[in-house]
Amino acid sequence: MQQGYDAIIIGGGHNGLTCAAYLAKGGEKVGKNKLKVLVLERREKVGGAAVSEEKYPGFIYSTCSYVCSLLRPEIFRFLDLPRHGLQVIPYDINSAPNPEGEGIIYYNDHDRTRESLRRHSIRDAEAYDEYAVEISRHCRFIKRMLLMTPPDPTQINPFVQNRINPWGHREDLDGLLRIAREFGQLGERHMYDMIRFWSMSVADFLDQYFETPRWKGLAAASSIIGTALGPYSPGTAYVLLHHYMGEVDGQIGAWGFARGGMGSVSKAIAAAAVEAGVEIRVDAEVDKIIVRNGKAVGVALKSGEEIYGRSIVSNADPKRTYLKLIDKGDLDAIDPDIHRYARNYKIRGSSGKLNIALDGLPEFAGLGKEAAYGTVDIGGDFDYIERAFDDYKYGSWSKRPFLDCVIPTTVDPTMAPPGKHFMSVFVQYVPYQLAEGPWTPEMKGQYEKDVLDTIELHAPGFRKLVLHVQCRTPWDIENEVGMTEGNIFHGELTLDQLLFNRPFPGMGQYRGPFDNFYMCGSGTHPGGGVMGAPGANAATEMLKDFKRGVVQ
Amino acid sequence: MTAYVEHLTPFLRKTPFHPRIEALMHGSHWMRWTGHYSPAAFESVQSEYFTIRNGASVYDVSPLIKYRIRGRQAADYVNHLITRDLSKIKPMHAFYTAWCQDDGMLVEEGTIFRFGENDFLLNSAKDQLHWLEQVAYGFEVEIQEASNELCGLSLQGPQSRDVLRAFGINGIDHLPRFGILELELQGRWLRIDRAGFTGDLGYEIWVKPDDALWLWDRLFEVGRDHKIAPIGAQALETARIEAGFILIDVDYSGALHALRPSNRMSPYELGIGWTVNLNKEGYFVGKRALKREKEQGLSRYVLTGIEIEGRKPAPGSFLYADRKGRRELGLTTSACWSPTLKKNIAFARVPSAYAKPGTEMWIEIWYHKEHKIERSMVRCRAANRMFYDPPRKSA
Ligand SMILES: Cc1cc2nc3c(=O)[nH]c(=O)nc-3n(C[C@H](O)[C@H](O)[C@H](O)COP(=O)(O)OP(=O)(O)OC[C@H]3O[C@@H](n4cnc5c(N)ncnc54)[C@H](O)[C@@H]3O)c2cc1C
Repeated sequence: MQQGYDAIIIGGGHNGLTCAAYLAKGGEKVGKNKLKVLVLERREKVGGAAVSEEKYPGFIYSTCSYVCSLLRPEIFRFLDLPRHGLQVIPYDINSAPNPEGEGIIYYNDHDRTRESLRRHSIRDAEAYDEYAVEISRHCRFIKRMLLMTPPDPTQINPFVQNRINPWGHREDLDGLLRIAREFGQLGERHMYDMIRFWSMSVADFLDQYFETPRWKGLAAASSIIGTALGPYSPGTAYVLLHHYMGEVDGQIGAWGFARGGMGSVSKAIAAAAVEAGVEIRVDAEVDKIIVRNGKAVGVALKSGEEIYGRSIVSNADPKRTYLKLIDKGDLDAIDPDIHRYARNYKIRGSSGKLNIALDGLPEFAGLGKEAAYGTVDIGGDFDYIERAFDDYKYGSWSKRPFLDCVIPTTVDPTMAPPGKHFMSVFVQYVPYQLAEGPWTPEMKGQYEKDVLDTIELHAPGFRKLVLHVQCRTPWDIENEVGMTEGNIFHGELTLDQLLFNRPFPGMGQYRGPFDNFYMCGSGTHPGGGVMGAPGANAATEMLKDFKRGVVQ
Repeated sequence: MTAYVEHLTPFLRKTPFHPRIEALMHGSHWMRWTGHYSPAAFESVQSEYFTIRNGASVYDVSPLIKYRIRGRQAADYVNHLITRDLSKIKPMHAFYTAWCQDDGMLVEEGTIFRFGENDFLLNSAKDQLHWLEQVAYGFEVEIQEASNELCGLSLQGPQSRDVLRAFGINGIDHLPRFGILELELQGRWLRIDRAGFTGDLGYEIWVKPDDALWLWDRLFEVGRDHKIAPIGAQALETARIEAGFILIDVDYSGALHALRPSNRMSPYELGIGWTVNLNKEGYFVGKRALKREKEQGLSRYVLTGIEIEGRKPAPGSFLYADRKGRRELGLTTSACWSPTLKKNIAFARVPSAYAKPGTEMWIEIWYHKEHKIERSMVRCRAANRMFYDPPRKSA
């Protein structure tokens, strides 16, 4: 039995590590009252869904996440990540191949993009700026809320005891007023626009601006990635924003490659954490959270070992945390609704992944050679994507899936031998379980073949370049990374599960139902992606509680 | 690793005049204009500027975005779109106007050409099709992007008429300001209008792309004795500030492209309230809001001219009510030293009360001096923005 930790963090995903580093630094750049922090990771390495792995000799794969944009610059700075080896290199190009004609491509260069869109439709080229302005406006608004604990409008009465956060009962009111002020500055028209936007389907949103089906399909890509919804489903417009709200060097919406693969992000954060005094233990799976008298007091490992600490933090997703790591009895003693919330939490797996080693750089149908240097979205119009979604809805992988492909080695010299390439293929939609039952090796083989065939169709000659394929279903992702159903965001990003409702009503401020219990993973505000914000925000709330003597 | 730049195909468009312009481009001072190569300067900005005010300057205006507006209700549509009263504009005339969003904020301002009762061409700096089509709902009108159908040269300066006379343009002496002339010369179609962006005597000449080089060569041939010379955008910039013309993205953000709604401006605030005719028949986009703004005095500021002491140009400089700089009034948008007037001039966004010509204000100017940046606080006075307005412009 060990004791004496100020915080025990379950899970060494990038959010758990960020939370640990922030806590250990006491939330200050140079920590004075350093807390003793322990991170327990069940796998043999930290990083969760942000890892780099050599699955084929000489090739480093970003096995899960593959591009970086959401990681907040504030976190970069505070943890001094560049010194710990992190470098993110932006890329400029986004495209969609077309086996039947000219593909769609857009660039960093505004004029070049306009010229390229004009070849498809003058109308769309002309509407592009207006569309970009609307998106930027939404991003500017939401960006300010990312590193902020979401205020809960049910808790704003300053004259009564605040149930969730009794020690800061003006904070929700102040927070809401701050947001209201920002909102007020938008002006009437844009206030309406914004409210509509949050609940719209991406198809309805894009139809307001554009006519070219393939261009709309490409623009919709970001709104279905990782999401068990089709382009016609309400709420998908917001997911689009979730992918645009990141930045590289102040350039909103830009994405980049982490040099060395996404594992470099976790590695750098872990190094910062260790430097700040955090203790990290791998191969240390937590079995249960120990609760006594409504207080979280420690954890029991699979190995039987028990570790006690002043506070317990879960980086695991909400479903895993509340249904597996916590006893139902402990929850029911607080409020039986919580178990129900956890059961009903939407965390459907819908994405698979193929990691491919290539002998050379593929060329995509209907596009110039430069396309391979950015994101290549293989898909088509809304109907193509919706049809892919239909397969999924009825319990199969999409026979013609939507694929978000990048080849980081076009930019990164460290991930493959010279002249060879690593291609990351994100597959939408793939179910966690098939209608017929669990995945079998034959089914998985067929799914892999369908993906490779789809790529071949959009990049003739591609198959001849393939040296090795690592194929992942949501089931595999769950088993490897520990994300329930392999949902990449730790729970769907729809309005009912965002802000103060993330993960559950009444638990949107990183605090759990027990005293001294916290959540810090992507299942909390502002949600999934390699962003670090949930981890940093959770630490900020915890530090407040430490300071006020709430954590004893 | 190779960078993708080697795979990119050149995409900047060349206007039909490009071969002639390129041949004269010694320092390669290219800039971009709506995705085209456009000259910023050839050799000496100063001599190019004086060509505008002393000779006949030639500037390639082909990159302007153009929309053809035609149809049974084209006139009704245009009158609904713009702030000016179309009923006062006769066919074969061009006119400068603003067009706004319904809350009275300026989308853009520019020149519209009226060829017939229901036949128009609108020139703009930014993409407008999405907006023009939205406004067209309910009108029997056809709007077509026609940017590449014509190419044109702007011929500006006191000698420009002499050049056209020598070119053999009959009737050029009688073409009034903003008049349009269409004719045939040596078997080629030409359109000439008397307008421009310099506030001087000047014309624009439009031809079919195939006739571009013919036009260029002929103009320079007949113009040689009339001090003709090509100019770039830098020389033009000084002339347009002297003339008081506002420029999108410099003096204001178009309402469709402004990220912050508060950055949008109304025609009144931009000092082009004269283009707004609240008494014209029927409704036009923005009328209600503009009427309210005018009647209730809701304008937040006005873009006025200022004349500044000293000679340091003052772009992006703050204005104050007092020398100590305690009370901030606003900011300059465009600024230059005027070589003709020998004045230090600028456009400044200030509260209306300060825009009355002669009102004294203070301006904080930062300027380079060798390797240092220095600051000075100097006096300035509000002035009519049309700093330079020679009689020949409309004579
Ligand atoms: C295939 C895929 C592609 C993606 N692509 C991108 C992308 O390109 N860009 C992007 O920004 N985001 C992407 N994402 C999303 C992003 O990777 C995740 O949202 C993010 O990494 C989650 O981080 P986290 O720290 O919150 O949780 P996780 O990374 O899930 O970390 C949780 C950690 O907790 C550990 N854990 C769980 N249970 C226990 C236990 N009982 N005991 C001990 N440890 C435990 C897990 O092993 C894991 O290491 C992708 C995700 C996936 C799956």
